[in-house]
Amino acid sequence: MASLSCVLRSGRVTVRDALNQAMDEELERDERVFLLGEEVAQYDGAYKISRGLWKKYGDARIIDTPITEMGFTGIAVGAAMAGLRPICEFMTFNFSMQAIDQVINSAAKTNYMSAGRQSVPIVFRGPNGASAGVGAQHSQCFAAWYGHCPGLKVVSPWSAEDARGLLKAAIRDDNPVVFLENELMYGVPFEMSEESLSKDFTIPFGKAKVERQGTHVTLVTHSRYVSFCLDAAAVLAKEGVECEVVNLRSIRPLDVETIEASVMKTNHLVTVEGGWPQFGVGAEVCARVMEGMMGPHRPPH
Amino acid sequence: MLNGMATIFRNYKQAVVSSRAFADFTPKASFEIKKCDVHRLEEGPPGQAELTREQGLHYYRTMQTIRRMELKADQLYKQKIIRGFCHLYDGQEACAMGIEAAINPTDHVITAYRAHGYTYTRGVPVKQILAELTGRKGGIAKGKGGSMHMYAPNFYGGNGIVGAQVPLGAGIALACKYLGNNQVCVTLYGDGAANQGQIFEAYNMAALWKLPCIFICENNKYGMGTSVERSSASTDYYRRGDYIPGLRVDGMDVLSVREATKFAADHCRAGKGPILMELETYRYHGHSMSDPGVSYRTREEIQEVRSKSDPISMLKDRMLSNKMAAMEEFKEMDSEIRKEIEEAALFATSDPEPPLDALCDHIFHNDLPLEVRGTTPWSKLKSSS
Repeated sequence: MASLSCVLRSGRVTVRDALNQAMDEELERDERVFLLGEEVAQYDGAYKISRGLWKKYGDARIIDTPITEMGFTGIAVGAAMAGLRPICEFMTFNFSMQAIDQVINSAAKTNYMSAGRQSVPIVFRGPNGASAGVGAQHSQCFAAWYGHCPGLKVVSPWSAEDARGLLKAAIRDDNPVVFLENELMYGVPFEMSEESLSKDFTIPFGKAKVERQGTHVTLVTHSRYVSFCLDAAAVLAKEGVECEVVNLRSIRPLDVETIEASVMKTNHLVTVEGGWPQFGVGAEVCARVMEGMMGPHRPPH
Repeated sequence: MLNGMATIFRNYKQAVVSSRAFADFTPKASFEIKKCDVHRLEEGPPGQAELTREQGLHYYRTMQTIRRMELKADQLYKQKIIRGFCHLYDGQEACAMGIEAAINPTDHVITAYRAHGYTYTRGVPVKQILAELTGRKGGIAKGKGGSMHMYAPNFYGGNGIVGAQVPLGAGIALACKYLGNNQVCVTLYGDGAANQGQIFEAYNMAALWKLPCIFICENNKYGMGTSVERSSASTDYYRRGDYIPGLRVDGMDVLSVREATKFAADHCRAGKGPILMELETYRYHGHSMSDPGVSYRTREEIQEVRSKSDPISMLKDRMLSNKMAAMEEFKEMDSEIRKEIEEAALFATSDPEPPLDALCDHIFHNDLPLEVRGTTPWSKLKSSS
């Protein structure tokens, strides 16, 4: 898993390999970083995201856990409190529900409650949202649930560059980060720039990326649905409708500035996501846009 | 004539006290302690414990400080100066003191919400504990944590969700093993928490990975108002770790707690993996300040424990009957402690509350200042790390 060996002959990198490479580099860079979760070691990862890492780093740093989410998530959070920098993998974020108390009450709130004395530098990562026919219990999107909570940073990469840059930033962040991947994106290859392949490439949280410029309608989206929006934009372009596709990248903090600038330009907004509509990411985007339209000098009457 | 003799003796006693000649006191004595029930162990801690005069005075001072601090908190709560949750530790002082006496400051401790005693033994001054209870900026968590969320180096609180602290403690132990620093983590929980599934998950991983974790169940016989018989199919909490060796310890005797904890720490440091201790103890107050504590147990029961098993009295009686200290010394310590608590309470009631612009601080650690939404989208608050 050397840094450039996963670059395909075409020069492209899959999301899976970008995540793998990012973890490998961060494990090498900082001895306190370690990975734990179900099947991450000897199985090479349920979705092969941690392929080769156990062979390279061994039992002490790549840890297979029993199927006990609440317990191992608590253990990961405790290890972070005591000075390590764990990456806690959920086989899917549906299973994080069993451990959600540890994510919210033990991780997210602690720095605040301790007035900054006790930090929790941890990354919770895994596939989130819909997959292909896995059933209702395995298909929930948790962006809105985690995005609701102060003390957490929540990111949702789309491309290989997103995955690499956001994961490195997450591991280097001294705060709890919820890193929402998508199973169906793992095998998708992307071009990667020279800059994005460098060892210290990180993407700042709270900055969305405009993946496609447009003038008629703003499509605000995240994760796999960026692909859907780009496909839709290609279809609409033939009809003379130019879509601006905004890839959120970051759910919390949300880049309201980029969204507002786009909506001011196009005057039309569609939010596209994998979560349910009520109290969802799209609902928050709409609320923020409405509030922004009011402005500080024009309170609602 | 007799009066004269009495005067001489009185003066002699005073002379002894003021000069504190060590030759007049027994410097060290050995006490028999109750034998521990053991589970999956060939032998338990020794049946004897040594106590030096210095140790005895230190343990007394610490336990009495905790006792008086908790009673002051009770008083402040009834005056509505402390509000919210307040779970008092009086009666259980021997547990916190005995554990601290057996471990190093570099070892780690995590407990649940009945945490004021441990906050003190782990080094936070009474002043900062009381000021945290009264929600002032001089509190150990700057007034933002409250009773259940106080922290210190190698002390991870203060945790409000029953049982959640146990996997956290196993994780701290994992860090100790990972870093190879020969430290242990004391992970406390109550009889009420002992049935939590996540505790068994933590037992499993701690045993599998041989984590240096001392699981300690402080069994004070009641989880809120539910007695152990009504909550647990098995009340042998020291056996509940199954494959993890266990000890049942007299939690009202500071020496028993100390010896057992030493035994447990040695076990962990030898790389043998986790161990479980059940401390049989008792709380005088109800579960929290909103519980009078007599609807599910009798006043007679509380009185009986107070008169027969009070940890502070037991220690004092032991020292007096072995001439390890004089009654006056204890009285003097009591008086010093009373003064310390009064001063701390004065601070806690006069220190200002945290300023409004600190409301959002510390949402994140080590981050640039950020804007936080206020009650309206155009009223913003600021958060500094």
